[in-house]
Amino acid sequence: MSNTTMAVTSTNTGARVKRGIFKTLEYLALLLACFIALLPIISSFMTSFKTGEEYGTTNAMTPPANWFNFDNYVQVWTEGNMLEAFLTSASVVIVVVAVSVMMGSMLAYVLNRFRFPGNGLIRNLFMIATLIPGIAMQVTNYQIMRDLGFLNSIVGYMILMSGTDVISIYIFLQYFENLDGALDESAVLEGCTYFGVFFKILLPLTKPAIITVAVLKGVGVYNEYYNANLYLQSNTWKTISTALYSFSGPFKSSYNIICAGVLLTLIPSLLVFLIFQKHVYAGLASGSVKG
Amino acid sequence: MSITRAVQPDLRKKRVNWQKVAVILLFAIVPMFLLILFTYIPFIKMIQFSFYNMSYTKNRGFVGLDNYLKVFSKSEYVGAMLLSLYYMAGAVVQLSLALLFASILSLERIRGAGIYKAILFFPFLVNGIAIGYIFKYFYTRGFVLDSVLQAIGIPLEKLPYWLRDQSVNNWSLVFTSVWKYCGQNMVLFIGAIASIDPTLYEAATIDGANRWEQFKAIILPGIKTVFMLNLILSITGSLSAFEPAYVVGSMGANGTATFFIKIHQMAHVSGKVGMACAMAMVLMVLILIFTVLQRLFFRYVMRDSDNTFNAKANQAKALW
Repeated sequence: MSNTTMAVTSTNTGARVKRGIFKTLEYLALLLACFIALLPIISSFMTSFKTGEEYGTTNAMTPPANWFNFDNYVQVWTEGNMLEAFLTSASVVIVVVAVSVMMGSMLAYVLNRFRFPGNGLIRNLFMIATLIPGIAMQVTNYQIMRDLGFLNSIVGYMILMSGTDVISIYIFLQYFENLDGALDESAVLEGCTYFGVFFKILLPLTKPAIITVAVLKGVGVYNEYYNANLYLQSNTWKTISTALYSFSGPFKSSYNIICAGVLLTLIPSLLVFLIFQKHVYAGLASGSVKG
Repeated sequence: MSITRAVQPDLRKKRVNWQKVAVILLFAIVPMFLLILFTYIPFIKMIQFSFYNMSYTKNRGFVGLDNYLKVFSKSEYVGAMLLSLYYMAGAVVQLSLALLFASILSLERIRGAGIYKAILFFPFLVNGIAIGYIFKYFYTRGFVLDSVLQAIGIPLEKLPYWLRDQSVNNWSLVFTSVWKYCGQNMVLFIGAIASIDPTLYEAATIDGANRWEQFKAIILPGIKTVFMLNLILSITGSLSAFEPAYVVGSMGANGTATFFIKIHQMAHVSGKVGMACAMAMVLMVLILIFTVLQRLFFRYVMRDSDNTFNAKANQAKALW
């Protein structure tokens, strides 16, 4: 009798020890992964507070002598024209997000609420478009942008960025599928126009989908650099990405200054992420379902 | 009441027909126009241009399949194509790590799970050009990576030049891609795991299944869809990889030019648009082949998914 109880407790402690080791390993793995995820950013962060001399003499992983030395930030902000770049990027983000939200929700409304010849065709055209890798078409897109007079045009860049988006349409389509049709039906019976139904009743109800699309699209456009480099080559319109890209000219070997610029560009993404974290995660998931 | 309801829609249909047409046209025309302008017209032009020897300004005539033959015969292009193998290997590592951390964060009681998730995800939101600077700094001789490696006891003389040495530089670039996308894949996996019925784990735990058994019998079948999707995205992403080589590898210097970088240079540096279009066509066909193959495989694996999943789950429950 006592032997069996002994055996049971010993296996229990054995299991508990095994559990403990397992748990420790899991935490270690997580901490290591987070260290790797943060290390490149943290090293840039530390470097951004170093003076030019300090940067030249100390190791990259040595913390700065003065954590409140914002000279590099001031210099990159003024000499790198970052205010202008932020304003340009902000206007691109606002316009593109507004256009994408409007286009996506309107098209999703029409596709979801009306049966008409061509409904299936439109859905298929968007589906097939997801299969054609956008990257392969950069070559001929350039010619179209040139023919339209959109080289070095901020409006052209905004139109291009708004025009090539399928995910926001899917997010809205999914959302409309779960919105009860009886609602707009009864509004129409009471004499409301379809425009009225969409703008006054449905659009306010899609607020969660709007936030998701706005955050995903906004961050995507804010970080976009390939098209910005290609189509906004003159100095008139520099987005954050192209402004950052041009830093390698004037600040070539002063990585302490460049790091300050890099950190400044991260702030908006970080803020949006901290505020809308749930929407970012949910948006990724719903955008991926249709693939 | 029910009668009026049944009758009224018919009346309404006839009366507001034009309004409906107007709504459909107005709401659909702009997105359709942009879709055709930026997807279908470039697509058709790309096919057409790939048969010509031309630049953006001059057309030197029809050359038939010459451009395509060049893509396959010059070792330069084939080599660039083979670089995507590095990125595919990276994708495998990335997906495995993402799955590992997703399972740890969703199945174990981890204190501060939300913080780990946020930290691992954040690199996905970092501006691409910023990534370029961050990692050029990271890999510079004697800087961040070398300091860390020296701190754990590896002398500097034994370390390679991470971005210059051609035996390692493609791996260095692949790592930046894993760094950026691993957390995003993980978030997708966490979402998929969250949608699995929690009673399945309870039953399994009560019946004494260990973690690996639970993972194999419950989680893997439950996240199959998202897993396949991530796989498709990472493999097509590997084929068209360009970001790391473009921003970190200084536009593909030192033998890191992926196929897309070659396309970009062909079109925008050398001005050989016909050739670039043929290369883009090859890239697209490869991506399509991979996508279709994977979808077929996916359909084969999932041929009676719901049944298999439930059956397996029940079987698992019964076994334990």
